[in-house]
Amino acid sequence: MIEPKFAGVKVDDELPALTMPPVTRQTLAIYCGASGDHNPIHVDLDFARESGLDDVIAHGMLVMAYLGRLLTSWVGQDAIRSFDTRFQAMTQVGDAITASGRVVEKFTDGDKNCVRIDLAASNQSGELKASGTAVVTLNE
Amino acid sequence: MIDRKFIGYKSPTFDAEVEKGRLRLFAKAIGESDPIYSDETAAQAAGYRSILMPPTFLFCLEMEQPDPYHWFQDIGIPLPRVLHGGQMFCYHRTAYAGDILTFGSEVVDIYDKKNGALEFIVQKVHISDRNVAPVADFTRTLIIRND
Repeated sequence: MIEPKFAGVKVDDELPALTMPPVTRQTLAIYCGASGDHNPIHVDLDFARESGLDDVIAHGMLVMAYLGRLLTSWVGQDAIRSFDTRFQAMTQVGDAITASGRVVEKFTDGDKNCVRIDLAASNQSGELKASGTAVVTLNE
Repeated sequence: MIDRKFIGYKSPTFDAEVEKGRLRLFAKAIGESDPIYSDETAAQAAGYRSILMPPTFLFCLEMEQPDPYHWFQDIGIPLPRVLHGGQMFCYHRTAYAGDILTFGSEVVDIYDKKNGALEFIVQKVHISDRNVAPVADFTRTLIIRND
């Protein structure tokens, strides 16, 4: 990985987008076990229906993990200072999530060079599933 | 409605180990192909101490406690009506396989919108290491649908 340099990054620069294959029930089953989040609403159709949903829904944190991959594909993980997400809509089975990011601010904090990135995760129809921000530090 | 008296509710602290096998499975679950997230040899060749714990995995480790939903019962959160509204992480250092992390959490806000149709519970979690040095903090916002 060639890390971006502070001087070479401009406001409005886009991070290379990450597009994932469609979410399947198996995706959710593996994430359930791997994450330790055993909330049945993500894997148990009976429970989801009793909860008033038509189907199981993806873990919000799976979508956030895709946004995390977007970041760590661009900078080393040590560079991430903060990372937040607001979940905007339920992610359904069949949704193919694209994670994208755009530099919105460059600033210095003490001796650190920082950039703020706006994040978005949308499905194949462009429906926004999660939005967020991250602050990362970059070398000169 | 969730009783506002639970603002300030603290869960017991607990320790969780960052395990290599779990990180490998997590990398598979999120489609992560960079070997520094699954292969210790590759991580060390890249200059890291061991396999890196990905940025969102802290949320998962927090569920390693014996009953991660115990506090739902304690304060009256109905699991079938809960949505994850938002999640924020603040990092002090990267964690690695083999680290043993201590988790402590507190409910810091409870409020509602739309005349109680939506209730919000905000929980802060502080994560530190064996040297009591801070590793990260995260804040999770849960939404209860009362419609």
